[in-house]
Amino acid sequence: MSKTHVSTCINGDTHEFLCDTQNTLLDVLRHELDLTGSKEGCATGDCGACSVMLDDRLVCACLVLGVEADGKEIETIEGMSSGSELHPIQQKFIDLAALQCGICTPGVLVATKALLTKNKNPSEEEVRFWLAGNLCRCTGYDKIVRAVLEVAADMRNA
Amino acid sequence: MNDMTQNNLERALKIVGTRPPRPDGVDKVTGRALFGSDKSLPNMLVGRVLRSPYAHAKIISIDTSKAEVLNGVKSIVTCADFEDFPSEFVPNGEMIVNLKDITRNIMAREKVLYVGHTVAAVAATSEDIAEKALGLIDIKYEVLPHVLEVEDAEKPDAPVLHEDMMTIGIEPSPKKASNVAKRVEFGFGDVEKGFAEADLIVEREFTTQQVHQGYIEPHACLASVSEDGQADLWCTTQGAFVVRNFCSKLLGLSAAQIKVTASEIGGGFGGKTVVYLEPLALALSRKSGRPVKMEMSRAEVFTSSGPTSGAKVWVKIGVKNDGRIIAGDCVLKYQAGAFQGAPVGPGAMCAFAPYDMVNVRAVGYDIVVNRPKVSAYRAPGGPISEYGVESVLDEIALKLEMDPIEIRLKNAAKEGTIAPYGPKLGPIGMIETLEAAKAHPHYSAPLGPNQGRGIASGFWFNIGGETSSSITINEDGTVGLTLGTTDIGGSRASMAMMASEELGVPMDLIKPVIGDTNSLGFNFLTGGSRATFSTGMTVVRSTREAIEELKKRAALLWEVDLNQVEWVDGHARLIAGDEPKTMSLAQIAKQAGKTGGPIMANCSMNVTGAGPSLGTHIVDVEVDTETGKVSIVRYTAIQDAGKAIHPAYVEGQMQGGAVQGIGWALNEEYIYNDKGELENTGFLDYRIPVCSDVPMIDTVIVEVPNPNHPYGVRGVGETPIIPPLAAISNAVSRATNIRFNELPLSPPKVLAKLMHG
Repeated sequence: MSKTHVSTCINGDTHEFLCDTQNTLLDVLRHELDLTGSKEGCATGDCGACSVMLDDRLVCACLVLGVEADGKEIETIEGMSSGSELHPIQQKFIDLAALQCGICTPGVLVATKALLTKNKNPSEEEVRFWLAGNLCRCTGYDKIVRAVLEVAADMRNA
Repeated sequence: MNDMTQNNLERALKIVGTRPPRPDGVDKVTGRALFGSDKSLPNMLVGRVLRSPYAHAKIISIDTSKAEVLNGVKSIVTCADFEDFPSEFVPNGEMIVNLKDITRNIMAREKVLYVGHTVAAVAATSEDIAEKALGLIDIKYEVLPHVLEVEDAEKPDAPVLHEDMMTIGIEPSPKKASNVAKRVEFGFGDVEKGFAEADLIVEREFTTQQVHQGYIEPHACLASVSEDGQADLWCTTQGAFVVRNFCSKLLGLSAAQIKVTASEIGGGFGGKTVVYLEPLALALSRKSGRPVKMEMSRAEVFTSSGPTSGAKVWVKIGVKNDGRIIAGDCVLKYQAGAFQGAPVGPGAMCAFAPYDMVNVRAVGYDIVVNRPKVSAYRAPGGPISEYGVESVLDEIALKLEMDPIEIRLKNAAKEGTIAPYGPKLGPIGMIETLEAAKAHPHYSAPLGPNQGRGIASGFWFNIGGETSSSITINEDGTVGLTLGTTDIGGSRASMAMMASEELGVPMDLIKPVIGDTNSLGFNFLTGGSRATFSTGMTVVRSTREAIEELKKRAALLWEVDLNQVEWVDGHARLIAGDEPKTMSLAQIAKQAGKTGGPIMANCSMNVTGAGPSLGTHIVDVEVDTETGKVSIVRYTAIQDAGKAIHPAYVEGQMQGGAVQGIGWALNEEYIYNDKGELENTGFLDYRIPVCSDVPMIDTVIVEVPNPNHPYGVRGVGETPIIPPLAAISNAVSRATNIRFNELPLSPPKVLAKLMHG
């Protein structure tokens, strides 16, 4: 079967690729485009390690087909910092030790940015339910939730 | 000469005990960090594994001929490609493994022993072709009856997994093969006499289910073997050197022929201490002459890697009316999975270890069943046995109308206590953590309706082991550290902090890296809570040696005797003389070429003197009496860290361990159908705690220094998974006035007990 030509914008750059219809967006990001910051923890949409933004919507890249990305805007973890500046969320996660092994971190950061775009002043409960789709096995979530609440406050006051 | 063993327990510290950013932080928040499956090589093939559909079957024949001729298939390996081994036991972490079993676990030989057992592997030019090739491999099986539970596996008519397995540890040695691999016993005194003197005896049986470490990163590796037999292996592992040694044996290569580089590791918790894909990828690469990348799917992670034992635990404790334990006895029956090696030894050793026992016995059985072979999981064996003991102790406290912390204080092990497994304990923090728990506001906070508060303590030994690391003083005054233990949760930060403290230079001038297996001497793996303790020990010693060398160079430049030079705050200082004279590390480093060449030092040792870490957890639960759902309302984890080098990462270990324990207590379990197939092979059905399942996990770090470490470090990773099981079960029992003796406390199980008692 022939491959489909797909044209997208990823982290502000135009990307064109050919993909099989069964390839997921995550396969394309990781294997075709070498954007390995999005992680595969399950490939079934349960762990959230592949969280990306697709036209400003938070999705699991493993549940989106590569061909569906045609004409869409995608934002991945690789696009979060600007130049040599970390995004305040990234900096806060480092400052508060909100990561241990770091495998879930890209997905958690993308999901957090999506939350804070929608809701600038989330409660602890809102943070916990928003991030319920991002599994972390190392931290017990405590420092992640604290980092999100603290950076939300910082960004409101900025 | 600087004293290499001098401790800093009394010294005012500048860096150790603070919370600086971790050196690998930026790579981890930007997606730059490379994990097991993030690396590729030119001309790379994709490897896939064919797994057994049967829980127990004889392999009659394997025919790969159709798959071999499929276009794009470059190599296929089966058991015929691996050498066989006689039975030989070698240590691996806290476990003992057998090469005969390992070669059969990575690739089935005579039989398949669990659903998901590897029977063949294929390397092809694409994932699709590899998958198609798996479907073309024809394997004829003779299906055998299987057994999943220890109580069935023990029966005389049970299907026997290994026809040559004679139980070790029983006199006289049995003549007939069985599924019981070994019996262990620890203890002292006379338990029968103790029970005869007891005022109150409680005896209970407990069940725990098989659970998985649940690391988010599946196993993955990339192997490349060249035509001259040199092998490069990149993989996610807790121990690159351990992987090298296993692979060299399994593939008949020398240690020097294999270079293993540990990727960043996406969680391990003990599950990445053994080999699964690595020898397969090497064999496929050797056969095809091309690099081979392999990754497990999440379902493969569940069916074919990890887990820890499910178990049956019997505990009997006798006390005097004042709460003093006069006798403790337990029998532990742990599932080993398909090959022997259940963590029942450490389970039996830990069971009563938080307490100063008079008469104690702990007996354990390692029992094979048709499930994946267990591997280490955080304090292997400890959570299971201590769950039983801590539950019975809670019931005794209730019956005696004693406070659960008071009864533990009354029996707490302390410096000088003889541990149930033999040695006399050094300074330990059992009393200190209990006192901290008692004083914590959580302990006296009011409870709401349908809520209960549970207490439990936990003991883990911690370990040392073979370790080496090196330090280089660069010409510009920066410092490199090469470490041999995988950084699984921030250890690069702790190592740089200790070196910074010793040298007296800022931490950001120090760059720690994890070396590959060619860059250092053998390092045992990251596990048993040994990395910060053991590698920290070598870092401190090699740094002190580097300081000696820096002082020598300064003495040369000043043309004075070495004893005229001291090291203060990152500078050499001339002791005598009219005016103070100093030279910074950078100034000395710049002139290293003139004074004898590059400055570096290393330290290799078999580290001993690990100090046990004790913890006590307080948990409040609320039980929904209509659905049986248990919610964690409040949680406080208290633990003796010895010394917290980086307190934020110590808290992180305590919080993460506590939440893994919450999952074990409330939700997680392997569910098998009657064919021996695992039914919950994804995170949707094998539900680990998610963010909305848990509250903040409050922590209190207690510091009773380990006198054998220059900063007092004990190791903290293992202990926090131990108390949650009993603490939560005790809380649910107190909330409902019904004793619960089975995990997980999932809604259907709790509801059934609420309705029928």
